[in-house]
Amino acid sequence: MSASVAAEGSAGEKKSRPGGMLWPRLKAVLIALVVPLALLLAWHLAVKAGMTRLIPSPADVAEYMVDFAVGGIWDDAFSATLHIHLFASMTRVYGGFALAALVAVPLGLLIGRNETVRALLDPFLQLMRPIPVTAWLPLSMILFGLGPRSAFFLVFLGAFYPILLNTVFGVRSVEKRLFEAASMLGCSGTAQFSRVVLPASLPSIFTGLRLGLGLAWFVIVVGEMTGVPQGLGAVIMDGRTLSRTELVICGMIVIGIAGFISDRIIVAIMNRLLRWSPSHHG
Amino acid sequence: MAELPILDLRNVGKVYELNDQRIEALRDANLVVEKGEFVCLIGASGCGKSTLLRIVAGFEPPSAGEALMWDKAIAGPAPDRGMVFQDYGLFPWLSVRQNIGFGPASRGLPKAELRALVDRFVDMVGLTRFADAYPHQLSGGMKQRVAIARVLANDAEMVLMDEPFGALDAMTRERLQDELLDIWQRTKLTVLFVTHSIEEAIFLADRVVVMEPGPGRIASEHRIELPRPRDVSSPEFNAVRRDLSARLHSHHGKKAA
Repeated sequence: MSASVAAEGSAGEKKSRPGGMLWPRLKAVLIALVVPLALLLAWHLAVKAGMTRLIPSPADVAEYMVDFAVGGIWDDAFSATLHIHLFASMTRVYGGFALAALVAVPLGLLIGRNETVRALLDPFLQLMRPIPVTAWLPLSMILFGLGPRSAFFLVFLGAFYPILLNTVFGVRSVEKRLFEAASMLGCSGTAQFSRVVLPASLPSIFTGLRLGLGLAWFVIVVGEMTGVPQGLGAVIMDGRTLSRTELVICGMIVIGIAGFISDRIIVAIMNRLLRWSPSHHG
Repeated sequence: MAELPILDLRNVGKVYELNDQRIEALRDANLVVEKGEFVCLIGASGCGKSTLLRIVAGFEPPSAGEALMWDKAIAGPAPDRGMVFQDYGLFPWLSVRQNIGFGPASRGLPKAELRALVDRFVDMVGLTRFADAYPHQLSGGMKQRVAIARVLANDAEMVLMDEPFGALDAMTRERLQDELLDIWQRTKLTVLFVTHSIEEAIFLADRVVVMEPGPGRIASEHRIELPRPRDVSSPEFNAVRRDLSARLHSHHGKKAA
């Protein structure tokens, strides 16, 4: 009796969750802001004390960020171009990421389930894995030319391995018991793929997707070193060449925020799809 | 003229090969189970009771002898034999309702029928209020109810239970034993139930099959004639328990000698 009461209690708690969460949420946000604000302050003081003349103050960067976003302050080549660069980078990040997911998830399911496919592909993929994305840069420029296709390919490469490896891991760690349960209930053979393997490995697949998307933003700067005119990576490279440090910092901040928001979105989707998992509803 | 038994094991043996080592888990097991019978397998660990159950389930082929259901050789797992595992084996991503409907849904039962069927079995095991909860939100006893309902909803003729209540606390176990007997009497199921508790075996079974290890084999069979519902504290129950306990220990004694 006591056991059922306890379970009932926890189910009830779940329902009343959305309300009464405001203060803990706010508190979490405030705590999270402590370190960035402290660093911002240190940066401001350091510039003010004249410790460096090469780095602009936070206020200068903020002013430039406004100009970069909406223009009207400096009115140079970069004014009011943020959306263009952000959009260009997002297309490559999400495009490369989507393609990586589209290839890596099915491939991972196959490698995880099928001995022949594993024997055929696993050694090759493991051999290719240690090669950093940056090392692919020259070859990808030869293969795909100078331009967005090269960036696209590098993002794809960056996101591919975490998605693949986590999918394989997820498939291989599905409990044997669940296959027994499915087959004694009349679900056997290939039907188990969609009804057991895929849902059971979904938490790992999502871990891979999350890492993959993070890496996609990570390699975008390298990807956009391939001579594309637009994109946040391109802005950072231009800023470097023109010795415009505030531009470089603006690009860094935008990438950070965009990557953060992407991650929040994928976590929200994940928590929704994995409501059943004790480690994912939160 | 005897009726055809639902289950007929003839000289069934099982040998595992593990790194050049031969492990004989079961030797020469003969067992006949009639439809509607409640049979408990009891014995110390290593006596082959779980192996026997897994062979009947079709999870493992016998290495010797024949395992027949309705006179046909068992060839792999099938919905007519439902297994209830000690560790539940529920699908964590499915709700109570979806777990119970898993079998019928994979056979493509129409939505409306599926819903009615699932409702009936959710109600049978008393989980109506938890129908949309996920397994991790349930207590052990509730999980095992879902596992039982899942097998029943799939129209299993024979339910195989591998120490299903072994991980539960004493009170929950007693309640589930009562519920299981109630369901068994209402549905005319055949139950093959593995346990290591003498009391549980006597409380539940029409017949108790005693097994012993080294190699695993069937040592003896005992019909339990006590009228139902059985009272575990009655002198008659105790007499049967004493008798069975003595036999269990005499088997062990023989092995030691």
